[in-house]
Order: sequence, then structure tokens, then C-alpha cells
Amino acid sequence: MAGAPTRKRMARAEKSQRGSEESPLIKWTLILLAVLFCGIFLLLPLVNVFAQAFSKGVEHYWSALKHPESLAAIRLTLLVAVISVPLNVIFGLAAAWAIAKFEFPGKPLLLTLIDLPFSVSPIVAGLIFILLFGMQGYFGEWLIDRNIFIVFALPGIVLATVFITFPFVARELIPLMQAQGSDQEQAALTLGASGWQTFWYVTLPSVKWGLLYGVILCNSRAMGEFGAVSVVSGHIAGKTDTMPLRIEKLYNEYQGAAAFAVASLLALLALLTLFLKAYLEWKQQRNEGS
Amino acid sequence: MAKKRHSPLPGFGLTLGFALFYLSVIVLIPLGALALRTSSLGWQEFWRLATTDRAIASYRLTFGASFIAAGINALFGTLLAWVLTRYEFPGRRLLDALVDFPFALPTAVAGLTLADLFEPNGWLGTWLVPLGIHGSYTRLGVILALTFTGLPFVVRTIQPVLENLERELEEAAATLGAGRARTFLTVVAPLMLPSLLTGFALSFGRAIGEYGSVVFISGNLPYKTEIAPYLIVMRLEEYNYGGAMVLAVVLLSISFVLLALINWLERWASRFQR
Repeated sequence: MAGAPTRKRMARAEKSQRGSEESPLIKWTLILLAVLFCGIFLLLPLVNVFAQAFSKGVEHYWSALKHPESLAAIRLTLLVAVISVPLNVIFGLAAAWAIAKFEFPGKPLLLTLIDLPFSVSPIVAGLIFILLFGMQGYFGEWLIDRNIFIVFALPGIVLATVFITFPFVARELIPLMQAQGSDQEQAALTLGASGWQTFWYVTLPSVKWGLLYGVILCNSRAMGEFGAVSVVSGHIAGKTDTMPLRIEKLYNEYQGAAAFAVASLLALLALLTLFLKAYLEWKQQRNEGS
Repeated sequence: MAKKRHSPLPGFGLTLGFALFYLSVIVLIPLGALALRTSSLGWQEFWRLATTDRAIASYRLTFGASFIAAGINALFGTLLAWVLTRYEFPGRRLLDALVDFPFALPTAVAGLTLADLFEPNGWLGTWLVPLGIHGSYTRLGVILALTFTGLPFVVRTIQPVLENLERELEEAAATLGAGRARTFLTVVAPLMLPSLLTGFALSFGRAIGEYGSVVFISGNLPYKTEIAPYLIVMRLEEYNYGGAMVLAVVLLSISFVLLALINWLERWASRFQR
């Protein structure tokens, strides 16, 4: 892929006698600046995570991860993601089906509302659930009377995470399904397929890469969310501390290496996310090409 | 535009119904509760809580640092987008992938590692602190954290525009005798401007609400390095719900104004590109 356009561009550059290309000096200065900036500002923080995590040796690294409170945090983070991501997938599929396949008034408003959580500060996202379900919240007394715990417990953490990751899947699916139209679904229905069959065998396979892309972004954010979860969690060690909260606690207790050990797992998750994202984009490009 | 109103596909009621229900439960009702409870405070109380000295100091830091960070991002984001779309060089794909890193890295990890880098014995602090540049526990640290988290917004907004830019325009300008710098300023820059502004606004908007990456590096000193979202958390811990709600409403209102501005910018930009 890289060979052909480069040759064409070089030929063009020669023809226009560097008219639309910068001089090599400027070009390489700009490249050097960009590489330096990314190296110092993006790569160095990443390398630092692993360097600090192992700064007290591999032994210390493993013992930091095997600490019961760290293990509990890892378990809770996974549990929250396992609950929140499917919820947002179901919502994303439903919203994309309604928006892409049908015409109805108020559609632009609905699209704006779906994007809304992106522009809400994580802290505000946590606060609104405290106002609803906290001790002084609208449903606070009702919930206490019935011994139901939402805030400072798993349901609150899930709610805050779902709010923060709300748009990810829907945003990937809506444009994709809009672009594909509904001709194939109509053909399937004409041939006697039921609504669910059409969805399972026609719609879902055609959007599977976009869906996977949305799931990956949603999951990455769900596992890494800090602000919103921090407000609703109550920070009960071993119970309501997710991995990011555990990192903060270790950092505040001056256990830097241990904090970085837990952080290194999340950094690995970020790298995996980036890798899968690049892979899916490459796959999508190849599909468009063929 | 003659689309059929009644699609033959089934499931409209079910999917729209579920989407609206879910949207209401997760987003609309909780945000409505915030609006309702804040409105019960009354104007005078709202104004008093929104304009305490500590709150104003936190707005100043939040908006000032966000603005500077978005500016730095606009500069380096443009540079990165330009280098990534225009030049072939070894490692270009890696650099391209690296730009998304701040998106993918959880904010707490970003804050932790940045704070450590700029500490006096951190990798960057060892060099910078003797020069008098203190990154951790200062306002500079807040700017650094916000620049880190906002960078991808500018690059990813400008990149597609630069990719679709017709090189013929620049060649025409060159043929007509314009130098490279003049071509850039009079032909390329105006075409990039809408997306640059959108990227700036996105980065700014993200920075205003940002919490995780900042709290590690800033030290959170009241009146000095305390950002508005952190002050909300402090108010909540004091059980001062009114104070927390008022600050949240102020932040939300500004986010919504920004959102409207971004939408308008995008419509303006798409008119340009046609």
C-alpha cells in the first residue's frame, strides 16, 4: 500500500519542482519536532509506568499485584466492565436500529442527547447519582428503609460507568448502519425471515467490526474510569475500590512502586486497545478496498 | 428526501422505546435531578455559592489552564497532523498510533506517571527542576496534564481535513508564483481553520471536566492548584451538597455552550468543504 502513492508523489514533486513540497530542511525539522514531542510527551510517560512498576524488582511487582486489596480491585474492575459494556451494547444496537432504519421526528435531538455524556465532567456524572440515590438523595430514605445500597456499592459504580461509556457503541453503530441502508433487511424479510432472524443473520454480521470497535473503546473507558467512580464508590478498601481507585490510594500512601504495578495492568490494557483499534481499522480499510 | 415514512422493517417501537427508556434512566433523569435540586436553592443562594472566593479561584485555574492546554494542543496537534499526513518517514505508523495513546490510557494512570516524571527526582524533573521548572504540584502541572489528555482531539480533527485537501490548489498557488510559506498561509491555513477551531474547542471542553489526570500532579492546594471538579469533590466530602451542585451546574452550562459552539463550527466547516 505504501509503495505506489509514494512513487506517484515523488514524481509529482519533481514535476512541480518542489512547488508544493517544503524544502528537505524544513520537512525534516518538522518531523524531528513531531517525533521529539511525541517521544517526550507520549512515549516517556508510557515507558515510565513500566520502569517505575519494576523499580523495586519483579518480586515486589508481583507481591503488589497479589495483595488482597489489589486482587479485589482487579476483580471489581472486571465485574463492572462485564456488566456495563453489555448494557451499552444492547442500547447501542437498539438506538442504531431505530435511528438508522426508520424516519421519525426529533431524530437530531436524540442524536445530540446520546452524545451528551461525552461533554459532562466525570465528577458531575458521579454527583448526579449521589443526588438521586445518596443519603440525602431523592430516593435515599426509601432505599435505606429497604436495605438497598446503590451509592458506595456496586450498583452505583456500574451506573456511573454506564453513564460515562454510554455513547461509545451507539456512536460507532449509527453511522455504519445508516450507510448500509435497509435494502438487505428488506430482502431478507421478503424471503420470509422473521424480524429477529433478519437482525441476527443480516444486520449483525454486516456491522460486526464496527460493533467490536465500539465494544473495545467502551471497555477501555469502563475499566479505566476514575472520576465518576471515585465520587460514587465510597473507597471501601477491598470492596468498592476499582483499579484506578486502588492506584490513587497506593499513591497517597507513598507506595509508588505498588501504585505503578497496578497502573501497569491498565497501561497494558491501553496498549492492547490501541493495537486492536489499529487492527480493526486496517481490516476495515481492506474490506473497503476489495 | 422522499423517504418512506413507514419502513417495512419491524422493531421500531421496541428499539426506540428501549433506547428512550435507557437514555432517560441513565442520562436524562439524573441530570434532571441535578437541575431540579439546584433550582430549589433559589437565585440568591445559587449566586452566593457559585461566586465564593475559592470557587472563583478554581474557575480561573480550570478555564485558564484548559485554554492554554488547548492552545498548546492546537499548535502541536497541527504539527503532528501535518507531519503524519504529508510526509513519509520511518516510524510514521507508530507515531500515528501513539497519538491515540492519551485516549486509551486511563486518566489515573496518566496522572500518576506524569506526576512522577516531573517530580524533582523523576526522569524529566531531574533536568527541569534545576532550571526552575517545577511540573509537579504547580499550575504548570495542571496545564501539562490537560495538554496530555487533550492532544488526540486536535490531531484527529485536523488529520482527515488535511488528507482530503486537494494538492492541486497548492500546486496552482505555486505555479502562480507563491512561495511555500505564502501558499501555506493563504491557501492551506484558511481551509484548516474550521477543523483547528473545532479541535481546540473539543480539547478545551475535555480539559474543563478533566479530573483523574490532574489530581495526581496538581497537589490540589485550595486557591492555588485546585481545579473546579476537585472542589466539587471537596464540597461533597463536607456534605455541602448545595455547593457541589452549584459548581456542577456552572461546569455543565459551560460544557453545553461549548457543545453548541462545536456543532455550529462543524456545520460551518462542512459548508466550506462542499
